[in-house]
Amino acid sequence: MTSPVSPQPASAAAADAVVEVRDVSYAVGGRPIFKGLDLRVRRGRITAIMGPSGTGKTTLLRLITAQIDADSGQVVVFGRDLATLGRTEIYALRRRMGMLFQNGALLTDMDVFENVAFPVREHTDLPETLIRLLVLTKLQAVGLRGAAGLMPSELSGGMARRVALARAIVMDPEVLIYDEPFVGLDPISLGVIVRLIKHTNDALGITSIVVSHDVHELSTVADDSYLLAEGHILAAGTPAQLRASDSPAVRQFMSGSEEGPVPFQYPAPDYATELFGTNE
Amino acid sequence: MSSGGGDGYLLEGVRRLGSVTIFLGRLLMQCVPALGRPALLLNQIYNAGARSLIIIMLSGLFVGMVLGLQGYDLLQRFGSEEALGTAAALGLLRELAPVITALLFAGRAGTALTSEIGLMRATDQLTAMEIMAVDPLRYVAAPRFLGGVIAMPLLTAIFSVVGLYGAQLVGVQLMGVDKGVFWSQTQGSVDMHDVNEGIVKSVVFGIACSLIAVYEGYNATPTAEGVGLATTRTVVASSVMTLLLDYVLTAEFL
Repeated sequence: MTSPVSPQPASAAAADAVVEVRDVSYAVGGRPIFKGLDLRVRRGRITAIMGPSGTGKTTLLRLITAQIDADSGQVVVFGRDLATLGRTEIYALRRRMGMLFQNGALLTDMDVFENVAFPVREHTDLPETLIRLLVLTKLQAVGLRGAAGLMPSELSGGMARRVALARAIVMDPEVLIYDEPFVGLDPISLGVIVRLIKHTNDALGITSIVVSHDVHELSTVADDSYLLAEGHILAAGTPAQLRASDSPAVRQFMSGSEEGPVPFQYPAPDYATELFGTNE
Repeated sequence: MSSGGGDGYLLEGVRRLGSVTIFLGRLLMQCVPALGRPALLLNQIYNAGARSLIIIMLSGLFVGMVLGLQGYDLLQRFGSEEALGTAAALGLLRELAPVITALLFAGRAGTALTSEIGLMRATDQLTAMEIMAVDPLRYVAAPRFLGGVIAMPLLTAIFSVVGLYGAQLVGVQLMGVDKGVFWSQTQGSVDMHDVNEGIVKSVVFGIACSLIAVYEGYNATPTAEGVGLATTRTVVASSVMTLLLDYVLTAEFL
């Protein structure tokens, strides 16, 4: 299948790629999720990975964070092929990454302060006064310094995600990965998260990967975007390029239409036959 | 790839056994660094041990009291009710205390461990640790496993003591067995071999029950149903394994 838009962002250069996915195939239980997937995340930019639900966006993040191995092809992060790395090296690589989970994934037996302090305590021997400064600074950045003493069960969805963001940036990662950061947020929380993604990327000079199907929100923050469908990259470019695409599949996704090449209905037997036992 | 019927079950059983063994190996490797985190470990000993104290003490008391009643009734038929202390002490130390403590542990602490770890899995907390380069086996599983292994012999000892007091309560206070005879018979006939049997059993049951609870939680399907099933499996597997191991250990000690 040919890509309706350029398969890579036009000015992409291999030299500044932080994450490179090269011809990756991956299947679960015989069902292919990716078939020859190629994409590149460039240093210092916000890269959006979009696509309908169930196209393997979260699976792609699991490949990039070395939680699963590709069946074939290469996943290269910070210039290292993940398939060649041992457990210790993968853990060393992960220390340079931060990830924001869809539900926050805060540790429920610790309060907000301890959640943000957790990676620092685990990986450094910093004195308590310094940890306190570090944690409060990051909590201030996400606007939740006052919530430091709350337990995760006392937070709203948006607050939990902001705390998780503070935890993800507390070790000053080089790459920050967001898994569906906009799902289920009220308009105010959503606006705050969008601004935080942009601000965090620019202020800390990190590389961001945002996986989502919220086209509108992504368009406002992303520098590069990839549209993922049916196991490969359907289109790549800036959000504006994607919006201007002539491809029916890209247009369908960007406009949120039910009609188009991407089927809304899951494959099923004939409707009339199933309802009435006949197609008359 | 199940070949149906008995073969399928057998294959699944072998696969599971292999999976538990590999898990135990990885867990044991993480137990050494976990021992260096006394705060985490103490917290888990408190969760598995101190929080099970009331149920263990109450059960111990009632089991001891029943032992007192049944023992007295049985022994008086042979005119040897003075041996009640011996019967109660040996029954409790060697058999009832380790086994019933393990069964209660599986129901109270084991299910709590499985559902806690299973929910951590379902809410991505374990994955989040992995991404933060913190091994959840070291931070979550190993302290809980060790906490259970350490708590079980302590709980068994408390069960024995309270049980013996319960037997004495019924035998001496209610049935009129002489107090001095009760305790001197107990002291004279129980030796270190009997105490050791109880200790060894409680340690082995502690390892088995904690391993099953942690394994099931760690490998639970990350859904509400999956965590529920894992919790059920913990109780069933721990109970059956306790009784099976009890037979093997008893045969070994006799």
